Amino acid sequence: MGEFFQITEQCSGQSFHCKAGQSVLKAMESQGLKCVPVGCRGGGCGFCKVTVLSGDYECGKMSRVHAPEEAQAKGEVLACRIYPLTDLIVECRPQPAATLTPHA
Amino acid sequence: MRKGVMRPGHVQIRVLDMDEAVKHYKDLLGLIEVDRDDQGRVYLKGWTEVDKFSVVLRQADEPGMDFMGFKCLSEEVVDQLRGELAEFGCEVEDVPEGELKDCGRRVRFIAPTGHAFEVFATKKQTGKWGVGNHNPEAWPMGLEGMKATRFDHCLLYGPNLDETLDLFRDVLGFELAEQVIAPDGKRVAQFLTASMKAHDVAFIHHEEPAKFHHASFFLETWQDVLKAADLLSMTDTSIDIGPTRHGLTHGQTIYFFDPSGNRNEVFAGGDYHYPDHEPVTWDAEELGKAIFYHDRALNERFLSVLT
Repeated sequence: MGEFFQITEQCSGQSFHCKAGQSVLKAMESQGLKCVPVGCRGGGCGFCKVTVLSGDYECGKMSRVHAPEEAQAKGEVLACRIYPLTDLIVECRPQPAATLTPHA
Repeated sequence: MRKGVMRPGHVQIRVLDMDEAVKHYKDLLGLIEVDRDDQGRVYLKGWTEVDKFSVVLRQADEPGMDFMGFKCLSEEVVDQLRGELAEFGCEVEDVPEGELKDCGRRVRFIAPTGHAFEVFATKKQTGKWGVGNHNPEAWPMGLEGMKATRFDHCLLYGPNLDETLDLFRDVLGFELAEQVIAPDGKRVAQFLTASMKAHDVAFIHHEEPAKFHHASFFLETWQDVLKAADLLSMTDTSIDIGPTRHGLTHGQTIYFFDPSGNRNEVFAGGDYHYPDHEPVTWDAEELGKAIFYHDRALNERFLSVLT
């Protein structure tokens, strides 16, 4: 009981299951979905930033640059470092496209 | 013209959790833990390196690189470079002997890309780990994981590549070994060497200063790169891309992440550079092939996932 939680990503409308103790990003990747961008998977790069709109979760260590304590308190966290305790609804933040063109 | 800078001497990397980081760099990469200090920093090295340490880990709230240091031929060289760095307009700071354990004084400066670098000449030499330099065996028993042989280079992201090339070439005596040129003629990537290696430090243009792309460690063979990939899967470590080959430098490579999200590379092979070699040039239109020679396409992470 309580071994799987349902994670819904609001922008894409996609849902997936996440095991207790598994990170939301890892669960998404293991089900072949791409609704949250995958970066370092280590809480360092900020690529997988999401806002948790509802539900409870635990957090692992995240770079304070990408998840300052105030932001974390508002649910702005990195999907690779959150572990659900209930079903979650998250919203992925759009990422700026990468470019190698210099603007200077 | 060479100015007495010999090689990358050390890199200090910030990690979110020291125990996890030590397990990664020691058990998985196979670096040797050589010391710890009263700040809690952990010192490591690849087994072929003669100096006492080349990688320093520091626990912090934000991963990334604190600084990269280059070892010079003598203290006189460091004095000379200190003067020229200040004259160039760099912010220069003197770091006293002993701030890093068993390391002499260092001269720290900020490059136009925003990264902190150091030059130094004195560090305790403990010799190649497990074999020494008197009738040495081929390799030591007891190496772990990928058996990384040495810290080789860093790739760093930031602005002002032209000024940074001026600094590294004219002040520090590096040479431009390889470059990527955009259609408008701007250099968007530069691979610099102070030795015969294809790169001792590399830069890619990025608007945000002082970003860390990866620290790279040298392996002997392509087979070792494949075994490194096996180890990454065995340990469920986050892989970025590979095993593959780079077009730039032609090294055989795999990229992965440490537990704090800092990217690492292990690689084998690669081109060499002499002072009379013209720079190798890649067109930005061929960037996919330049970075990942087999896929011939960049993964999105390469340009944007940084610490």
